[in-house]
Amino acid sequence: MISLAGRDIMHAWGKFVFTGVGLGLLIGVTLTMAGVYRGMVDDAKALLDNSGADLWVVQKDTLGPYAESSSLYDDTYRSLLSISGVARAANITYLTMQVQEGGRDVRAMVVGVVSGSPVQPGQPSYLISGRQITRGHYEAVADIASGFKLGQSIQIRRNHYTVVGLTRRMVSSGGDPMVFIPLKDAQEAQFLKDNDAIVQQRRRTAENPAFNRPNVPGLLDQVIASQSTNAFVNAVLVQIKPGFSAEEVAEPIRHWKRLQVYTRTQMQSILVGKLIATSAKQIAMFLVILAVVSAAIVAFIIYTLTMGKIREIAVLKLIGTKNRTIAGMIMQQALGLGVIGFVVGKVSATFWAPIFPKYVLLEPGDAIRGFFAVMLICVLASLLAIRAALKVDPAEAIGG
Amino acid sequence: MIRLPIKSRTFAMIAVIVPLLILFIYVALRSGPLAPVLVTVTTVENKAIAPAIFGIGTLEARYTYKIGPTVAGRVKQVNVNVGDFVHAGQLLGEMEPIDLDNRIIAQEATSKRAMASVLAAEAQTQDAAARRDFARIQAKRYEDLLLSRSVSAEAVDAKRQEYKVAESSLAASHANLEAARQELARTHADRGGLSQQRTNLRLITPVDGLVASRDIDPGTTVVAGQPVVVVIDPKSLWVNVRFEQLSASGLQAGLAAMIVLRSQKGYAIPGAVLRVEPLADAVTEEVLAKVVFDQLPVPLPPIGELVEVTVALAKQPPAPVIPNASLQRVDGQLGVWAIEDGELKFEPIRIGATDLDGNVQVIEGLKGGQKVVLYSQHALKASSRIKIVKQIPGVSASGSKP
Repeated sequence: MISLAGRDIMHAWGKFVFTGVGLGLLIGVTLTMAGVYRGMVDDAKALLDNSGADLWVVQKDTLGPYAESSSLYDDTYRSLLSISGVARAANITYLTMQVQEGGRDVRAMVVGVVSGSPVQPGQPSYLISGRQITRGHYEAVADIASGFKLGQSIQIRRNHYTVVGLTRRMVSSGGDPMVFIPLKDAQEAQFLKDNDAIVQQRRRTAENPAFNRPNVPGLLDQVIASQSTNAFVNAVLVQIKPGFSAEEVAEPIRHWKRLQVYTRTQMQSILVGKLIATSAKQIAMFLVILAVVSAAIVAFIIYTLTMGKIREIAVLKLIGTKNRTIAGMIMQQALGLGVIGFVVGKVSATFWAPIFPKYVLLEPGDAIRGFFAVMLICVLASLLAIRAALKVDPAEAIGG
Repeated sequence: MIRLPIKSRTFAMIAVIVPLLILFIYVALRSGPLAPVLVTVTTVENKAIAPAIFGIGTLEARYTYKIGPTVAGRVKQVNVNVGDFVHAGQLLGEMEPIDLDNRIIAQEATSKRAMASVLAAEAQTQDAAARRDFARIQAKRYEDLLLSRSVSAEAVDAKRQEYKVAESSLAASHANLEAARQELARTHADRGGLSQQRTNLRLITPVDGLVASRDIDPGTTVVAGQPVVVVIDPKSLWVNVRFEQLSASGLQAGLAAMIVLRSQKGYAIPGAVLRVEPLADAVTEEVLAKVVFDQLPVPLPPIGELVEVTVALAKQPPAPVIPNASLQRVDGQLGVWAIEDGELKFEPIRIGATDLDGNVQVIEGLKGGQKVVLYSQHALKASSRIKIVKQIPGVSASGSKP
C-alpha cells in the first residue's frame, strides 16, 4: 500500500523541507542554549580537572582560591608534605589580568605553577604544541583560546615571557584562557605595582621618620626591601597517595594546620553553586523560555500545516477514507517534520558551536532528551491537528 | 510550486534527506564522546642531551668601598661625583674640622711656650752652674787663706755653705730643665694627635675605582660609619645568581655560563661559575652562586641590572629521550601514553636528567623507537579512541619552535 503521508510530502516537498529546516534552526538555537549552559558548568569543572588536585588547601575561613581570594605563606606546602597521605603538594597562584601581546591585550587567568620539576599539580596536564616550562623564569604556556602563538613574547606587568607551549580547554570559571608562568614570576606579578607606584612608595617610606633614622644607616634600605617581597601564594594543591580517602587527609590538615581544605566535591559545589550560580541560572531561565517558545512554534507550524490541507482532508473524508488513515498521515508528517528539524538543529548547533567565544558543550544526553522532547511536542501538536481535521465536514470539499 | 514528475520529486527529496543524514551521522561520530581524540605521536629517540640550568640574578661589584667618617660630624666638601674614576690615596671629601684647626694653633703655641721654658731652664742651669763654680773657688780660696790664718774659720764655713747651696741650686735647675723638656715632648705629642685627627677627617679612597654613589652633599651631618661616597672596583663585576633548588643539581664552580643582560636581550656574554655559595636561601628556596664574565663588557653595564644566566652542565651519555610534553601522571604514577598496534597503553617510567629545551631522559620504562603520545586534544584515558594527526587543529604552523 502506498504511504499517504509520503505522497502528501512529495506533493509539496519543497514546503515540507523548508519548514523542517526552519524548525531545525529553531531547535538548533535551543540546543545551543543548552550547550552554553553546559559549557559554563564545564568551564568550572575544567578548572578543577586541570589543576590535577585532590585537595585545595587555602586560607582559613575563605572559599578560595577561585571563589574568594586567599593567601598562604609559600612555605606552607613543606609542612603539608609531612602529613600522612599527602603524595605531592604544590604552590599555586591565580590572578585574572590583562596580558599584553604586541599592541593588543587579552584577558587571561595567569596561573603561577611550580616549575623545574615535571608533572606537578597545577601544571597544564596536556599540551597541543610546544613544550612545558623548563626555566624557572620568563616562560609561559598559554591556552590556545588566548590567541598567542609559540615563540611569541607576551608581557605580564613589566616582565616579558616567551610562549613555549600551547594547551587547550584550560580556562578559568569565567571562561578566560589561562596563561601558565613560573610561580616566582607569578608571585611577583601579583604583587608588583607599576614602577611609578614603587617609586612613590619608596619616597613615602623615606619621608617617614620612623623608617629613615639618621643614626641607623641602612634601615631605610631594609624597610624598602621588606616592602617589595611577596611570600604568599593563593593555594596549595595536594595530591593524595593511593589508599587514602580525600577526607582522611583533609581532616588532619584542617585540625592541625588550621587551614581550610576543600575536596573535589566541595570545590565543585563552591564553583557551580556559588561562583557561577547566578549567571548559570540566568542562562537556564533563558533556556527554559526558549524551549517553551520553540515548543509552541513547532506546535503552531504543525497545526497550520494541517489546517492548510483541510480541503484535501475533506476530500479524503468524502471519498470514504478511514479516520485512522487520515490521523496516521498527519502524525507521520508531524514526526517527519520533527526528525528533519532535529537533524538540522543538531547539525547546525554542532557547526556553529565552535564559533562562540566561550565554550559551548553539546552533550549527547541533551541531544537525546531534545529529540524526545521534539517528538513529544510533534505528537501533541499533531493530536490537536488531528482533532481539527477529523471534525471537518466532508461537504467542505465541494463547498466554498 | 514546480511540478516535478513523481520520480524526479523523489530524487530531489533523497538529494536533500540523504546528505542531511550523512552530515548528522558524521556530526554524531565526530563530536561528543564518540569522537576520537586527536593526538600527535613522537618516537622515543636515543640521544645525548646537554642539561642546563637557568637562573636570574643581579649585577654586583665584588668589592664595594663605603667611605665615610669615623666620628659624627658635618661634611665640609665632597670633591668627586658619581662616575668619576679615582686613584688610591685620592682625597674624595673632607669633614668640617670645627675647632680642630684652632686647637692645633693653640697646641702649637703651647709647644712654643714649652720650648721657651726649656730655654729658660737651660739658662737657669747655666747660671746655677756658674754660681756653683764660683762658690767652689771661693770656698777653696778661703780654705787656703785659713791655713795662713788670714781669715776666720767662721768665714770659711760660710763659704763652704755657700758652695753647697750653689750645688743644690744647680741640681734644682737641672730638674727644672728636665721637666721643661718633658713638657715640650707632651705638647709635641698632643699636637701630633690633633694633626692625626685632622687627617682622619679627610675622606680618602684606599683603591683605584669608580665612584658608584655620592650619598651625602656638603653641609649634611652624618653619623660615624655612614657612607658619604661609595667606590667600587669595576674590574670586580660579577653576577649574583639565584637558581631554583628543584633544578640546581650539578651546579658547581668552573662551569661555563651564558649571561644575558636585560638591556641586551638576545645577546649572550660568556662567563663562568666562580663559586656556589655554601649558604642557600632557605626562604626563597634558591641556590645562590656567583658568576663572572670571561671578559668584561664595554661599556660597563650598570650595577644592579637584572641578568639571566644559563649554566651548561656536562653532556649526558645517550639514553632514550622524550619531550616533556608527553609526560603524564595517571593514578599518581609518572608515565607516558605509549602506542602499541594503534592502542593506547600507559607506560610508567622513571625519568632522569632534563634539559632546557624540554627533553627528558628516560631511565626506565621506555626503549628507543617506541611511539608515545606527544600532544593530545584532551586528557587521555586508557579507553580513549584516538586518531593520530600531524598537528592538533587550531595550532598555526607558522609558530617557530622555541
